[in-house]
Amino acid sequence: MAANPENLHYTKDHEWILVAGETGTIGITHFAQNQLGDIVHVQLPRVGDSFSANDSFGEIESVKTFSELFIPVSGEVIEVNEALGETPEAVNNAPYGDGWMIKIKISNASELDRLLNSTEYEDFTASQGED
Amino acid sequence: MAEPSEEFTVSPNGLKTTALNETHRRLGARMIDFGGWEMPVQYPAGTIEEHLAVRRAVGIFDVSHMGELEVRGPQALDLVQHLTCNDASKLADGQIQYSALTLPNGAFVDDILVHRFASDHYFICVNASNTDKDFAWISSNAGGFEAEVANLSQNYSQLAVQGPQALPLLQALTSTALDEIRYYWFSTGTVAETACLITRTGYTGEDGFELYCDPSDTIKLWERILEAGQPYGILPCGLAARNTLRLEAKMALYGHEIDDQITVLEADLGWICKLDKPEFIGRDRLIAQRAEGVKRRLAGFEVIDKGIARDHYPVIIDDQEAGFVTSGSPAPYLKKNIGLAMLPIDKTAIGTRFQIDVRGRRLTAEVVATPFYRRPR
Repeated sequence: MAANPENLHYTKDHEWILVAGETGTIGITHFAQNQLGDIVHVQLPRVGDSFSANDSFGEIESVKTFSELFIPVSGEVIEVNEALGETPEAVNNAPYGDGWMIKIKISNASELDRLLNSTEYEDFTASQGED
Repeated sequence: MAEPSEEFTVSPNGLKTTALNETHRRLGARMIDFGGWEMPVQYPAGTIEEHLAVRRAVGIFDVSHMGELEVRGPQALDLVQHLTCNDASKLADGQIQYSALTLPNGAFVDDILVHRFASDHYFICVNASNTDKDFAWISSNAGGFEAEVANLSQNYSQLAVQGPQALPLLQALTSTALDEIRYYWFSTGTVAETACLITRTGYTGEDGFELYCDPSDTIKLWERILEAGQPYGILPCGLAARNTLRLEAKMALYGHEIDDQITVLEADLGWICKLDKPEFIGRDRLIAQRAEGVKRRLAGFEVIDKGIARDHYPVIIDDQEAGFVTSGSPAPYLKKNIGLAMLPIDKTAIGTRFQIDVRGRRLTAEVVATPFYRRPR
C-alpha cells in the first residue's frame, strides 16, 4: 500500500496539495482513487478561475460513481492537467504524480495551517475504514 | 427433497456472507453491502480490466447471494404457469427459460430463470434482493395447487464463469461434454471433483456457465477454476463489472428496468410475455395494455455530449420531465456512455434525441438499437 507522501498537506475530503513557494499543486489521494474505482472523466476548471478554500473546483467520475473536488486553500488556477482528458486513469495509477489536477497561486498561505499532515491524514483514513 | 440447511453466516457488521468472503478479502477485493449481502464490488485489477477480461477471455463471479427456489409436485407446472408470464409448458427436461413473476398490475415481483428438471420438478433462480419476497409470494399463491414450494438458497453456492474462453477452461475440469449443453440448457455433473448443476446461462452477454454447488465445496471450486484459468488470463470479477457487462448486453436489473410499477410490456420484455397462455397473474392487465398500446417503453441510448448519465436521472423533453434513466454508466468495452431509459412511446424510435438532467447539466442523448453489444458467433 502506497504511503501518503510526507511533504504534502491533506484535507478530510481526500485532496492533497504540494506547496512550492506561492504555487500549490492539487490532486486526490490514493485513498480517494481507490474508493472511486476506475476513473473515466475529470471535469477541471480553467486557467484564471478563482476559488475560496473548500469551494468545489471540479468533478471526478469513475465507472460506478462521481464526486466533487474541493480546493484545499484559496487561490487562482494557473495551470490545468489537460492530459487527464485523454488519460483519466493517471489519477488511479499515479495520484500523487501524473494524476495531479490543477496548479494554483495560493492567495492566503495561513490557510495551509488548517490542513492535515500525512500522519494526521493516515489516522483519519484509518478511522474511515478501507471498505 | 433437500432440507433447508443452517441460517446464512453473518459478518460482524450484520451482512450476510457467502462461503468466499475470506477468499475475496485475501484477493484484495473491496467489499460492499448489496441488498444485505457483503459482496466484492471490484478486485485490485479494477472494474474496466475485469469487464474486458470477460469480453476477451474469461472472468469468474461469486453469485452465491442469488436465491434458489424449488416447486415440486403433481401440479408444479400448473403453479409455475399461474405465477409467471412466460410459457413453462414449452420446456423440456434440462431446459431453462427467462421469465418473470408478475403482479396483477402486469408489473414485476421479480425476473427469474425457470429450470425444468421434470414435469413435477422446477428449480427457479431469483434475485438476491428478492429471495424472501419471491418465496413468500409463490407460497401465498400456491393454495389450491398440489405442489410444494421450498427456499433452498442456503443449500447452494453459485459461481458464474463467463467469456469466450469459459468453455475450454471448464472443459478441462469436467468429463461432462460442455459443448453438448446448449445455451439455456443445463446438466448435472462434476467440475473439479465437485458435484454441480451446470447451466449454460449468464448475465454478461458472453458464452459461459453458471455452476451451482454445495456451499462446503465453494472455495475449492473457485480456487480450482481460478488456477486452471491463469493461462487464459482469468480475472475474478465483482459486482461493478457485473453491472457494466449486463448493461452492454441490455439485460434487466430489478429496481431499475423492472419493478412493481413497470409492466412487462413497458420493460420491452414482450418476448417473455405469452398472452396466449390461458391464465397467469397479470394477464388481464397486460392484454388490456397491449390493446391500448403502451404509453411508455424502455429504450437504449448513447450520451452524445461529454458526460455520463446515471441511474434514475430525469429525462427532459421540451423542457419538461418526461421519463427517467433506469440504468446508466460508461460502457468499458464499447468505450461510450450508454444507458436504458423509460421514455414516452413516441420518443422510442432509433435516432430520437432527448435530454438528460445530469446533476443540473442538460446532456443530449440519442436512442440506439439494443443490445448495445452482441457477442461474435
